[in-house]
Amino acid sequence: MALDFLIQLLVNGFIIGLLYGVVAMAFVLIYKSSLVVNFAQGEFLLIGAWACWWLLAKFSLPFYLAFIFTLVFMTIFGILIQLIILRPLIGEPIISIIMVTIGLSIFFQALMNWMFGVFVEPFPKIFSTESVNLLGLEVQTVYIMSGLISLLIMISFAIFFKKSRLGLAMRATAFDQQAAQSLGVSVKQVFSAAWGISAIVSAVAGIVFGIVNGISSGIAFMGIKVFPAVILGGLDSVLGAILGGLVIGLLEHFAHYLDVQYLNVGNMIRIAPFYVLLIILMIKPYGFFGTKDIERV
Amino acid sequence: MSIKKFRPCGDFRTSYSSDMSLFQDKGSFYLTLFGIFLLLIAPLLFDSYIISLLIYIGFYGIAALGLNLLVGCTGQISVGHAVFFGFGAFASAWLSNKFFFPVWISIPTAAIMTAFVGLIFGIPAARVKGLYLAIATLAAQFIMEDFFSRASWFTGGVDGASAEPLKIFGFYFDTDEKYFYLVLFWLIISFLMVSNLMRTRDGRAFLAVRDHYLSAEMMGINLTKYRILSFGISSLFAGLGGALYGHYLNFVSIEEFNIQLSIFFLAMIIIGGLGSIRGSLMGAAFMVLLPEVMDALTRLLSDTSIDQALSLSSAIPFIKEASIGLVIILFLIFEPNGLAYRWGQIRAWFKLYPFSY
Repeated sequence: MALDFLIQLLVNGFIIGLLYGVVAMAFVLIYKSSLVVNFAQGEFLLIGAWACWWLLAKFSLPFYLAFIFTLVFMTIFGILIQLIILRPLIGEPIISIIMVTIGLSIFFQALMNWMFGVFVEPFPKIFSTESVNLLGLEVQTVYIMSGLISLLIMISFAIFFKKSRLGLAMRATAFDQQAAQSLGVSVKQVFSAAWGISAIVSAVAGIVFGIVNGISSGIAFMGIKVFPAVILGGLDSVLGAILGGLVIGLLEHFAHYLDVQYLNVGNMIRIAPFYVLLIILMIKPYGFFGTKDIERV
Repeated sequence: MSIKKFRPCGDFRTSYSSDMSLFQDKGSFYLTLFGIFLLLIAPLLFDSYIISLLIYIGFYGIAALGLNLLVGCTGQISVGHAVFFGFGAFASAWLSNKFFFPVWISIPTAAIMTAFVGLIFGIPAARVKGLYLAIATLAAQFIMEDFFSRASWFTGGVDGASAEPLKIFGFYFDTDEKYFYLVLFWLIISFLMVSNLMRTRDGRAFLAVRDHYLSAEMMGINLTKYRILSFGISSLFAGLGGALYGHYLNFVSIEEFNIQLSIFFLAMIIIGGLGSIRGSLMGAAFMVLLPEVMDALTRLLSDTSIDQALSLSSAIPFIKEASIGLVIILFLIFEPNGLAYRWGQIRAWFKLYPFSY
């Protein structure tokens, strides 16, 4: 019984971890290209999820149309945020950048609560079967879908960065901004593209999360949970973000198992990632794959 | 990050002692005295609602002062200031409930306890800096919040802790007017302490660590020591503000010291001006009055078509929250040096009046 429970939790942890990985990837994309720590990543998820829900509920669009409209909206939204809010702050000290994204996060969270209320709204049903039997385990269909979508996003990310011209430009900018600029890469465009792509990816993650758990402002907490994942993997490593997300997902569910079975302290699933975060920062602050800052005078 | 200080022309210093004086000129000395005098007679002039707002500005101002010392003067970003504020509130209530400390002793004792907790937290925090420190303090915020909800021997758990009103020699500080003087006393003490600190060797060391920590280290400043010290002093003021807060409300609940409050403190010092002592108080006043202004605006708009279209009256909590976020963004884009800088500009304009160049 206990073993079954553990395996069930670990499967859930794996799938949630994939989702963390996707959000962490979106976070790292922004950090890597424009050195902005986006504390408002969770609100990107929230806005994407609410936008999609609104299109579905108010206009009764078919799901794929609503999905596409949401993605278009989020691209524009992400680029606009970069243009209006972040561009004037280029070159400002790190506290200003952190605070402006925190300000964005408070503002949009309050705005979403105002527009859509504070209660959990379920997504309209998409699958007819609730759960499937996978190797003797009951796994909810939405979980499988969420895992598949996460994997799909990751693969398309890899292809995008390896094959496309914009992806190459983004990698070049991340590697060395000045060199990229002198070779004709438009750094402004790369920054905007990074925010646009990050907003799209976050919106997809938000919608998936909304389908699994219903939409509420709790989705925005994903934006905070992403910090343990990115610190674990290294702040500027996309691969590290995915791995970090997976590890954090598995770890918090394992902590939950220990909590339920042995410790009975409660709330471990929420707090355990932050303990991990502190420990990582103490012993290996640049994570598994992050580049070390070397400072010269 | 630092506020550029340009001295107006004709403002000469002929000795070191006049350069290091607490008040830069006679004008600011008399303005400060006048401000304190106004505050002393404030309970005679205003009703108790305004006095209660002033009390809030007082203890938030003390806590913001501590945070400004840490973030603005030492350059250590902390997103977990609210837990120290909360720790001070709980510690003072705990001391007076469990050990029967008189409240007027328990408030400073709680502040000192919080300072020690801050020193302990500062030891790991001295290892990381900048962005990593911000994330570490974010984690500490959630861990400490969790600790508050678990440690029912200390905080009373979900029931919260009750805090006695203050009493000295049989004289109760129970009404807003009386409590106002208590907060004012501690506010003046705190601001004097920090102003003096910034004039000493240690204060200059903080600024050096902020401006360029590698150069500071080369000049023989012990980075670890000053980072930890800054955390400790910042927690001292957070604890003091928190203790005053607890005894003002007579009840401390574990819900209040969340990440929103931490951000609220950060917003105060951003708006007031990073690294500016009087800016902390200005920022605290701004942030306490902002929700009131939003309240008044919504009331002004009630029963108009805007109100009906957006149902403003039912959305006041969201409007207040959104306005905090919006104000942070607007200040960072349009007035990154904060209110204190603008205040300096205005003073300089008057001083130089006909020839402002």
